[in-house]
Formats: sequence, C-alpha cells, structure tokens
Amino acid sequence: MSISEFSYSAIPADAEQLRAQVRAFLSDVLHDYPEEKRAYSWMGFDAEFSRLLGEKGWLGMALPKQYGGAEASPFSRYVIIEELLAAGAPVSAHWIADRQSAPLILRFGTEAQRKKYLPPICRGESYFCIGMSEPNSGSDLASIRTTAVRNAGGWVLNGQKVWTTNAQHSHYMIALVRTGDKETSGRHGGMSQFIVDLRTPGISIRPIADLAGGEHFNEVFFDNAQLEEDALIGEEGRGWDQVTAELAFERSGPERFLSSIAVMHTAIDAIGRQPDALQAREIGKITARLLTLRNMSLGVTRQLSEGKNPAWAASCVKDLGNVLEQELPEILQGVVDEQPQVIGGSAHAKVLAYLTQMAPSFSLRGGTREILRGIIARGLGLR
Amino acid sequence: MRELFESTIERLLSDLCTPDLVHEAESGEWPAALWRALEDNGFPLAGAPEVAGGADASWADLYVIIRALGRFAAPVPLAEMIIGNWLLEQAGLGARSDILSFASETSLTIGEGRVSGGLAQVPWGRFADSVVALAGDNAGQTHVVLLDVATAERVRQGTNIAGEARDHLSFSAAAVVMSAVLPPHLADDVLLAAGAMARSAQIAGAINALLEMTASYAGERKQFGKPIAAFQAIQQQLAVLAEQAAAANVAAEAAFAGADQRLPMFSVAAAKVSASEAASQAAAIGHSVHGAIGFTQEYALHMLTRRLWSWRSEFGSSTFWSKALGEHVCAAGSADFWPMLTNPELQDLSTTQ
Repeated sequence: MSISEFSYSAIPADAEQLRAQVRAFLSDVLHDYPEEKRAYSWMGFDAEFSRLLGEKGWLGMALPKQYGGAEASPFSRYVIIEELLAAGAPVSAHWIADRQSAPLILRFGTEAQRKKYLPPICRGESYFCIGMSEPNSGSDLASIRTTAVRNAGGWVLNGQKVWTTNAQHSHYMIALVRTGDKETSGRHGGMSQFIVDLRTPGISIRPIADLAGGEHFNEVFFDNAQLEEDALIGEEGRGWDQVTAELAFERSGPERFLSSIAVMHTAIDAIGRQPDALQAREIGKITARLLTLRNMSLGVTRQLSEGKNPAWAASCVKDLGNVLEQELPEILQGVVDEQPQVIGGSAHAKVLAYLTQMAPSFSLRGGTREILRGIIARGLGLR
Repeated sequence: MRELFESTIERLLSDLCTPDLVHEAESGEWPAALWRALEDNGFPLAGAPEVAGGADASWADLYVIIRALGRFAAPVPLAEMIIGNWLLEQAGLGARSDILSFASETSLTIGEGRVSGGLAQVPWGRFADSVVALAGDNAGQTHVVLLDVATAERVRQGTNIAGEARDHLSFSAAAVVMSAVLPPHLADDVLLAAGAMARSAQIAGAINALLEMTASYAGERKQFGKPIAAFQAIQQQLAVLAEQAAAANVAAEAAFAGADQRLPMFSVAAAKVSASEAASQAAAIGHSVHGAIGFTQEYALHMLTRRLWSWRSEFGSSTFWSKALGEHVCAAGSADFWPMLTNPELQDLSTTQ
C-alpha cells in the first residue's frame, strides 16, 4: 500500500451536469419533507420515492443498458447519491440493492440471474438486504454457522441471521452461508452466497427495536427453507472472496460521512448569520473535514472505476467518515444553546435528539472501527 | 511533467538532503550545495514561464515538488521562492533567479518608490537576496513590492522549533527593486493563502515520511518476543496515522489542483485545517510508537515531528482557517451549505474584511 494511491480526483463534467437535475427533482418532490425526517438519512424508507427515482433512471445507473441501467460512470452515480444524502431523501428501500446487490449480481451472477434481478432493481421495485452477521458471528464473520446443503430440489437453508437492516421490507436477502466444512476447506473457504427469496416457506423475520424505538434491523430465521438450484450466486466455496470485493463498494461512499449532515443544516440555522468565535471555529472545522472526506471518497471512486480493489483506502474513508458522523452531534450540542428534544422543541432540537441516539451505530454497520483499522494495518504490511 | 518532477526531486533530496545536512542547517548553516543542485535542476523557476527560463509548471505539478520538500525536511526556501516568483509573474514583474522569499505578515507602506515598515516571520529571510511582500499606499491601493534584503534597516533573527529561519526585517524609506499594483484578480491575503497551501503540502510530505519511518520501526522493534507491530494496540495507532496521512495528502492536492492564476481560498482553508489537524495526530502517534528512542537527538524522527509542530501554526493555524470557513458558511446560511461544498464557484472565501 502506498499513500500516493490516494489521489485527488475531480468529478468529470458529464457527471457534474446531473447535479442541477437531481437538485431540481429533490426540491420539487421533497419540498415539505421536514428536517427531522431528513435526519433519517439512508434509513428513511419510502417505496414510492424509490419508484420515482427508478423512473428518472437514477437507480442501477452504472449497469449495462440491457439490464435496465444507463451505463453511466461511477462518478455520475456518485453525484446522484451524494445529492440524495445531502437532502436527507428517503432512500432506504432501494439503497442496498443499488449500492451493493446490483454490482454483485452483475459481477458474479449468471445471465439468467442478471435478467431476473437487475431490471426490477433499476425500476426501484426490488429491495435487497444483506445477510452476514449471526448471533455469534459479528466482526468474526468467518465463524458463521448458517448452512446451505444440497438436495434434489436445490439447497436447504438452516440457521439464523441477525442485525439484518431492512429485512422486513426486502424481497431478497443476499446471504453468506456455510456450504462446506470449515475444518477441510480452511477458515475462509467453504462459504457461498445465495440470493434468498424472503417469501420462501420456512423463513421468519422479526424486527429488533433499537434504543430510540425504531425498527431497522431484524432477526431472520431459516428453518429448512428450500432454495432453488439457481439461488447460488457466484461460485460455490468462493463466498468470502465475493464478500470482500463487495465491501470496497460498501465502505467508501458518501453515506459513510454524510449520515449526520442534517444536524449541520439545523445548527447553521440555529446559530444564524453571525456566529461567535467558538461556533465559527467548530462549523468551519467540520466543513473542512467534510470537504476532505469527500475528496478522499472521490479518490476511491476513481480507483473503483478503474477496476481496482482499494480495500484499505475504502476503510480509511469509512473510519474517518464514521468518526466525523459521530462527532457532529457531539460538537454541535456543545456550541448551540438548545437541548435535544424528542417531542416538542425546534427542528434542530429534534434532529439533534435523533442523531445523538443513532450515532453509536455509525461505526458498527458495515464493519467496526477496530476491524477497519485492522484492514488498514494489513495494507501497511503490519499483519 | 508531474512524474518527472517528482522522481527528479526525490532522487536529488534523498542523495543530498541527509539527516546530517538538516542537522547542520538547523544550527544556522546555509546548505549551499543543496541549493545549487536545486537551482541546476531548475526548481526555483519551475512555475515561471519558459521565456523567463522556467518550466511553466502548473500548481498541480508544483504540488509534488513542495510535498517532497516536506518529506525530506529540506531546509531551503524553495516553496517560498516558487510562490514569490508566481506573484511577481502575476504582477507582471518577472521571475527572479537569485534567492527569493516572501512575507505575509507585514505593515508596509509605500510612497514614491520607497518602502517603510516591518516584515514578520520571513522564512529564510537572512539567507534571501530579496523578499516579495505587499505594501499599501496612502490612496488605499495595494502594491506588490520586491525588496533587497541588504537594504533592510534591521534583520532580527528568529527560528521556529525546527531550527528554520523565521526572521523579522524592518525597512525605513528603502528603495524598492521593483513594484506594481496588485492585480485585481488577487486579494490582500494572497500570500497568506499561498503560504498555507505550501505548508499543507509540506505537512503531507512529512507525514508520509513519518508513516514509513514509524511502520518500519514497529516491524523491527521487538518486545515480549515479537515485533511491536504484531500488537493490535500498535496496529490501530498506525492505522489512524495512515488515515491522517491520506487526509493531509488529498486535502493539499485538492487545493493545488484548484489553483491557477488565483488561489482557491476555500480549498486552501480546508487543506490547512486538515493538514494541521493531521500534523498534531501524526506527530503524537509517531512518538508514541517509537518510545524513548524517538525522543533522542540521534534518531531522525524529530526532524519530521518538530517541523509538523512548526508548520501547523505557520500561515494560519487550524483555528484561524476554521474560523474563516465557519464565518463564511454561517453568513451564507444552511441552504447554501451543501451547494458551496460541491461548487468551487460558490467558495469565494476571504480572510480580509
């Protein structure tokens, strides 16, 4: 690894010209969408909104045209998603399908799988969730115990996933499960990925309330769920490599540093046009950190667009971005003289209340701080 | 051009800018051989037009030169001379080939071709032949002036904590070598911004070197029967150091990429904030991982960390630039915040009122 791989990359003009269109669309569709809902960021669910984005051609837009995409550059997609996030648009329904599942299916799927799954994703009608964590497998993902066993009909799935975001709203889960023996196939072998239709008999989904009372993540149980032969995506036994490739997409995007942007907007409103010295310093420092993170994230986007796998660079963006997202409500509660309020209070008080409570999750989802720093250390050649 | 610049200056500095040379320069000696080699390779005039004997390099090309100066702790005013020559060219005065520095902290007045007042914190002032600065006349107009250091009434020597000369020069009715009205596309804080941009790149270079030195030390130093790099506590610190190195590099590069005849003030401010914050964290982690050996004069770590501690404060600290950014952002209001972050045309920041 070399730091010089991390290079500044401006957004090309053809991608940049999309910005005005998406802004106009958002100010029209979301004109009365309140600040406290914008604070949900990519956890805000609205199926109708996702369908509208599909109509505009802004979902799966980097995919080939024959699967419903627009063959747009990664930078075009970047412009669209950062505008959606900055506005706090309710993108959660399609978020994982657009970001992660569609590129995975395009890369590892058969022609039949691509034709079946990709067009509905591009229309904003098909939602995916990711089945990785299990009750005893969090950061130690290779210790998963859910199994898929071959039978005459295809595969039989048994076990349990947990912390699965949006499972209760999704049509499909892309699950990482064990298909081979850990002892004979090695620590990272013997795992495979499956596209699991969540309507399959034998699957039950139970939402888990978070500390603020919201229901985003779920427990998902598999009790002899019968999957078709073609539920397997990619190669049997290569699930670990496939998941690792997917993670660079998951870790470097603007959703890794913009989750708290809503509280920046309400704080600037609450402070007014003439900040005191302390407020000016903190608002300015956050501004600088955001600008730098965006430039880092664009640098990783460039590498992804060139077909590289910048695992360590993506981990840098996510870790630094999560630190900032988590510090935003911390810093701003200290410089704006308003206390957080769940009921009553100003828009800022409500947004601050929500993001203060959500912040701990930012460095858990998509890989914990310690795991990310371990990946960076490996990139440095330390392990 | 960028690749050629980078490989040439890195080779030159790795041959000549040794820890011994840096050490001698810190005790007040002018590194004449190093400067001559830099001159022979055309670096002081790299940004000047070809008719003036330069290479017509863009700021994006100059970035790698200035970053390399930080990486090797080079004790010479090359970044300062590149900036001084850029401003002289912008003002139509023409680049210089004798040793040139510049000053951003000034209280100069100009009248009838003569200048009076002081220049504070002039990098390498005592070694420079001439200095570029801005001076105001009694009609309220700002001029770019070139002053001969030999005409200074007084040179009061100062050094930063890296032993780099930061001198105070005062002039009393000294004749200017050249002067011109500051062109309208530039503001009175142009030299402050140029200095901040250069220091951001030097900080990025120094952190790169610090990261390499610290990762390599952690791989060699053994405790409890294994290299300390094998301990997660050390790995996690080095990962944070790498993140800060990446942040400083990208932030500085973005500022240079946005510079042409004007400097992108908003990006420069963000770069100086990010680089200065990174400097603090990087120096702390470098010393923490090295332990006692890193605190000795014999071991070269301090050549980097003492520069990081100096450069983070020069040409505006993190707090100075953060405040400028914060006032600008609040004055624009929340609806303009995101558009401003994404559109350089809306980033018209100024530190002068």
